[in-house]
Amino acid sequence: MKYTEGTEIRDTKAPAGPIEERWEKRKFSAKLVNPANKRKLQVIVVGTGLAGGSAAATLGELGYNVKSFCYQDSPRRAHSIAAQGGINAAKNYRGDGDSIYRLFYDTVKGGDFRARESNVYRLAQVSVNIIDQAVAQGVPFAREYGGLLDTRSFGGAQVSRTFYARGQTGQQLLLGAYQALERQVAAGTVEMFTRHEMLELIVSDGRARGIIVRDMVTGEIERHMADAVVLATGGYGNVFYLSTNAKGCNTTAIWRAHEKGAYFANPCYTQIHPTCIPVSGEYQSKLTLMSESLRNDGRVWVPVAAGDTRAPGDIPDDERDYYLERIYPAFGNLVPRDIASRAAKNVCDEGRGVGPGGLGVYLDFRDAINRLGRDAVEKKYGNLFEMYERITGEDPYTQPMRIYPAVHYTMGGLWVDYDLQSTIPGLFVIGEANFSDHGANRLGASALMQGLADGYFVLPTTIGDYLANGPYGEVDEEAVAEAEIKVRTKIDKLLSINGTRTPDSFHRELGKIMWDYCGMERTEESLRKALELIPSLREEFWRNVKVSGSAEELNQVLEKAGRVADFFDLAELMCLDALVRTESCGGHFRAESQDADGEALRDDENFAHVSAWEHTPDGPVLHKEPLEYEYVKMSQRSYK
Amino acid sequence: MNLTLKVWRQSGPKDSGRMVTYQAKDVSPDMSFLEMLDVVNEQLILAGDDPIAFDHDCREGICGMCGMVINGVAHGEQRATTTCQLHMRHFEDGATVTIEPWRAAPFPVVKDLVVDRSAFDRIIQAGGFVSVPAGSAPDAHSLPVRKEDADDAFDAATCIGCGACVAACPNGSASLFTAAKITHLSLLPQGQPERIARAKSMVDQMDAEGFGGCTNTGECTAVCPKGIPLDTIARMNSDYLKANAK
Ligand SMILES: Cc1cc2nc3c(=O)[nH]c(=O)nc-3n(C[C@H](O)[C@H](O)[C@H](O)COP(=O)(O)OP(=O)(O)OC[C@H]3O[C@@H](n4cnc5c(N)ncnc54)[C@H](O)[C@@H]3O)c2cc1C
Ligand code: SF4
Ligand code: FES
Repeated sequence: MKYTEGTEIRDTKAPAGPIEERWEKRKFSAKLVNPANKRKLQVIVVGTGLAGGSAAATLGELGYNVKSFCYQDSPRRAHSIAAQGGINAAKNYRGDGDSIYRLFYDTVKGGDFRARESNVYRLAQVSVNIIDQAVAQGVPFAREYGGLLDTRSFGGAQVSRTFYARGQTGQQLLLGAYQALERQVAAGTVEMFTRHEMLELIVSDGRARGIIVRDMVTGEIERHMADAVVLATGGYGNVFYLSTNAKGCNTTAIWRAHEKGAYFANPCYTQIHPTCIPVSGEYQSKLTLMSESLRNDGRVWVPVAAGDTRAPGDIPDDERDYYLERIYPAFGNLVPRDIASRAAKNVCDEGRGVGPGGLGVYLDFRDAINRLGRDAVEKKYGNLFEMYERITGEDPYTQPMRIYPAVHYTMGGLWVDYDLQSTIPGLFVIGEANFSDHGANRLGASALMQGLADGYFVLPTTIGDYLANGPYGEVDEEAVAEAEIKVRTKIDKLLSINGTRTPDSFHRELGKIMWDYCGMERTEESLRKALELIPSLREEFWRNVKVSGSAEELNQVLEKAGRVADFFDLAELMCLDALVRTESCGGHFRAESQDADGEALRDDENFAHVSAWEHTPDGPVLHKEPLEYEYVKMSQRSYK
Repeated sequence: MNLTLKVWRQSGPKDSGRMVTYQAKDVSPDMSFLEMLDVVNEQLILAGDDPIAFDHDCREGICGMCGMVINGVAHGEQRATTTCQLHMRHFEDGATVTIEPWRAAPFPVVKDLVVDRSAFDRIIQAGGFVSVPAGSAPDAHSLPVRKEDADDAFDAATCIGCGACVAACPNGSASLFTAAKITHLSLLPQGQPERIARAKSMVDQMDAEGFGGCTNTGECTAVCPKGIPLDTIARMNSDYLKANAK
């Protein structure tokens, strides 16, 4: 795939000066919309997860007219609901040396110096307010006997700053945002459109002014206009087919915006989660994550000898390799996710993997049960153990769990500035759908933090500045018609092919290409191979897919086909981005770039930048945003 | 294993619907129930037939989107389990399995096994929240909460809004769902100021949506995937009585 290099890109919205003061300064310099005018302004928010739900609720409450969209039957079902482990915040309630600065520092370092300092600092600052907000809404976080909030530690951090609600933190936080949203629906400030899928962005006069959606029940194509559009449509990990994401997660909304001019940043940064239940068969539709908190007490090991097929209980201690504790004595089983994932892959590649196909390692609670007692372990992890048993049919109290890495989170997404505005004026992107704060390796418990920071606190301020500079005039009718025709044409095309393969079969094949060639480890050769295979599979898709039913009804095959079609285009850009970035950093591991110990080797000389891709008729254009580190000195990450 | 499926097919709310028989062949015991349906659907699509529509998303038992009545039981016979977490190892080779949508007047069928549960959202709109604006909350530690209360509130808050309780109830009552929501907030100090008004408006909305009354048959807790206990309903009723006594 050919690409050209374009001009450098810069974020012009982050104020200069001491990093602690930048957000305050930006808030102060942002223009305000007077309350009477807010009522006249229409904002569209697509997505009702932590990012979109909190944003729509807050904007509604500020007095704007908000239209909120999601593809599920209720906003409460957005994928954020599935987050288990917890949410970080620099509250330092434990007095263990945490601070805003330390959370900032850990996050920049954890992102392998590929995130923006200003954004990350703001995230750490706002994290404190998120906990207050959630508690005020009645989110039932875990508490100590003294009545105060409990915290725990999480992979990659040495302080205890993760707030949690048993293993269902995402659910409880989302319900808080959802209830705030429904409160606004009742108040009439937010109009809710469930079972509606955004299929196109309307750009008029160079500004985002609306969206085209399909009512997924009736099939009707609708136009919705606004003064600004917010995309909060989540991550695109489902490009790999098998992932921990909900089945409906997709790239459609952000990809269409990309085609309309929004730059796509760092598409290749995919986070692989080290503790998922291994694949058990061809029919498998998704992978289930076992919370990373299990690594607090569970010990990870494989047999010392390759091909050792004895039952785990029959393998004596001196024939077990607790490889994380051996290689990383300081962090042990709590090393960050990219390191834990790759280490698992390495031992499996050596033939020491366990379970069917040798793609698994043990996560063993034997020692924890001996030390703390079965009851204590059950109290702490009972629901997770039960979930494991339900899926695998094995009892983790009597034999170790088997785990293997899986695709989990995408750090890439649409490029946004400090205001969370994309390269299309009036198009704001928040939560997992943007690229902003995580760099190459999002640490645990920071995505929830970012989604809520964006939705409750950042966007509601910055979007006001944009709106205050309006009004932006009438929407160009032709732009609307063009967007609508594009949607209809695509649907008609998909329904008319009537080939011999289902959308799912294409998706599975695409996912396998992505996992094998653009997964945990990439090489120039593998990426070139993927870039050959994807276009030919896409060509077959458009010639041979079979979509049954009609457009004027609830048609889940049609929905699926549309999403798979967009995944093809995204997959190609991901591979290109991975190919161009000839360094290893966090979630992007190029086998050619590693040190003598097999650790990721960054190339700060050539790659200390965000790769922001522009879509043009002549192919992708790469714009680089240089990353400067004034506060956290760039250094090789070491968890040894 | 091989199974015979008897599946409710209904093209839309106006269609009267019927049971249709399908064969599910070579089912692996490791499959989830939804994966088994995926495989059947792949075959239907290729044969040019309309695949069976069903709702699902997370497939981890947490979003509450999936739900069907399997052999007469909401989410199937395995207790405390959503349909997506139900695995085929619990079925016998050669068995016949009937699959139907939630049946309740306030949950109209959209298509096949997909029903409209938006009534639940309207119950929340009626008062299932704490009225706090964003951005001005006091420090989270300013209000200690007894651990027992926090834990009980959490237990009630785990309701996933699936609607199985309604489908299982002979009266089509939404009491367990509504009570879970009310209990969650009424156990926390943050929920106190609006507590009584909340109970009144949510219960009134539940009635307005056409859900039936609760006669304590307990079918709801038996099928609830999150084990929401019956005593939440007592708590709801007591708050509701207080509201009406005023
Ligand atoms: C199993 C699991 C566990 C996790 N655990 C943690 C954790 O412990 N801590 C942590 O910090 N992070 C965790 N994460 C990551 C975190 O949950 C997500 O990154 C985050 O919730 C994303 O939130 P979001 O609001 O950006 O998007 P989502 O919650 O994914 O919401 C997307 C929304 O967009 C809508 N949408 C999408 N496309 C369209 C369209 N075309 N038209 C209309 N609507 C559309 C959807 O309906 C949905 O409402 C976990 C993720 C997974 C998968
Ligand atoms: S109470 Fe139980 S059955 Fe009813 S909606 Fe909630 S989780 Fe589902
Ligand atoms: S699909 Fe989410 S609970 Fe079953």
